[in-house]
Amino acid sequence: MSLIINLAYFAAAVLFIVGLKQMSSPTTARPGIIWAGVGMVIATLVTFVHPEISGGVNYTLIILGIAIGGALAWWSGKKVAMTDMPQMIALYNGMGGGAAAGIGAIYLLQATPETVTNTGLAIAVTGSLIGSVAFSGSLVAYAKLEGLMKKTFTFGGQQIVNIAIFAITVLLGFMMATGGGEIGSFSLLLFFVLALAFGVLMTLPIGGADMPVVISLYNALTGLAVGLKGIVLDNPALMIAGIVVGAAGTLLTQLMAKAMNRPIKNILFSQFGGSSGGAEEEIEGTMKEIQANDAGIMMAYAEKVIIVPGYGMAVAQAQHKIWEFTQLLQKRGVDVKFAIHPVAGRMPGHMNVLLAEAGVPYDIIFDLDEINEEFKTADVAMVIGANDVVNPVARTNPESPIYGMPILNADQAHNVICVKRGRGAGFSGIENHLFYADNNQMLYGDGQKVAAELVASVKALG
Amino acid sequence: MIIEGFIALYIFMLAAFTGYEIISKVPVILHTPLMSGSNFVHGIVLVGTMVALGHAQTPLEQAIGFVAVILAAGNAVGGYVVTERMLEMFKTSKKDDKKGDNA
Repeated sequence: MSLIINLAYFAAAVLFIVGLKQMSSPTTARPGIIWAGVGMVIATLVTFVHPEISGGVNYTLIILGIAIGGALAWWSGKKVAMTDMPQMIALYNGMGGGAAAGIGAIYLLQATPETVTNTGLAIAVTGSLIGSVAFSGSLVAYAKLEGLMKKTFTFGGQQIVNIAIFAITVLLGFMMATGGGEIGSFSLLLFFVLALAFGVLMTLPIGGADMPVVISLYNALTGLAVGLKGIVLDNPALMIAGIVVGAAGTLLTQLMAKAMNRPIKNILFSQFGGSSGGAEEEIEGTMKEIQANDAGIMMAYAEKVIIVPGYGMAVAQAQHKIWEFTQLLQKRGVDVKFAIHPVAGRMPGHMNVLLAEAGVPYDIIFDLDEINEEFKTADVAMVIGANDVVNPVARTNPESPIYGMPILNADQAHNVICVKRGRGAGFSGIENHLFYADNNQMLYGDGQKVAAELVASVKALG
Repeated sequence: MIIEGFIALYIFMLAAFTGYEIISKVPVILHTPLMSGSNFVHGIVLVGTMVALGHAQTPLEQAIGFVAVILAAGNAVGGYVVTERMLEMFKTSKKDDKKGDNA
């Protein structure tokens, strides 16, 4: 490989690491992704003069492939709504995993006893397995979040079937890796089919609420697969970028799982909601209703208001109106803060993106640890489109499925207003005891309509 | 393989520590963009698919390689576009105070 190619790959690796580092702070995140993008362009362009690329047809196919894939992704990426971001990330990630598996397939097809070593084969097989699982698993995650696949799919002995399929896949892979390059096309095909099937079966029983963690896990797996392909192809840029993402993604997965209080092994190997313990506590108190006008006036005369937004607010597209309301309150001298639960939105950080889209500056947005003590001093806490993340049973009732999950202590504010569409239970189907608390009042209605009414009520005060 | 055995292992180890280290102090607000950003970075697989397709010989290999290039290009371009869109929106109230409610 010529010097110029090596230099370009080296530069790309450095830019990726610097870019990722910058992306971990809100002030430098934007330049971070741009630097990483520059690295990608450099690495891609220089690959066109890579000595291993031969044949006019292959060049045409490469350019055509980049044009098709790039154009489709550009178009879909520009168009996707911020609320649908998680499934889009899953889709793009799955594509990366599929690409890694494709590299593996070509390598294994071309393998002859003269050209490969057992180590090389083993790495190629491992990378292909991981890439295939990430590919099919991500596609299932995409389908589930996109609403294309409504039900969680479970059957008796599912775990055993999964383990069996995985074991056969690994065995096949082992035979291919130790066969010294003599790979039958049937076993190769079977290997990929089983690996893809395993990814599907592993993801099917996982519920929508846990999907972000799974997407993050597949993201890490794709990174790992890409890194392994880098070793096979002797390409340091792939190696370093892939492994860095593999490690960063693993840590990110752990952080997300921790934020959601769902250990990774529970997510992957047990089904949520299956154990709906009948020991529901008797709920004391009644639900009281409040009108939007009264709620608006109450907050207009408050000193400190904390808004707890949830995914329901984003679905109703109420965030712009809520920000307008916030600005009106700020003009009246009210101290307004946003409290974001780690699982608000579809995945950790998703709600921040949605609020940022509406123009809410990130320095009035606080996460759970930063703000939980402040609820005691807040005059009003307004919960909009959130439910389980403010349910006090997570603190009090060990029988509850959400017991132990860190929650926002909205119930400790002097007054609580819960904006809700209807009277049903939340995403998880668990009754929210906050709705029955003495200091709580319910404000029923569509999020956007309610927010508009709140704005009008404060404006009417002059 | 030019990068022989143990050298590959060293690169692997150091890269893993780097990845772990650079995001160890990331605030929750950036989890989604960062996941998307790291998703973009493994779009570098595009380079690998280009090389793989570049030395494909049979029509089957070319077909697999072609699909792989499409998928990888989608990973890289899509990952960049959505990450950039998300990060573009992060603003602070300290600098451009009350510049308007939405873009």
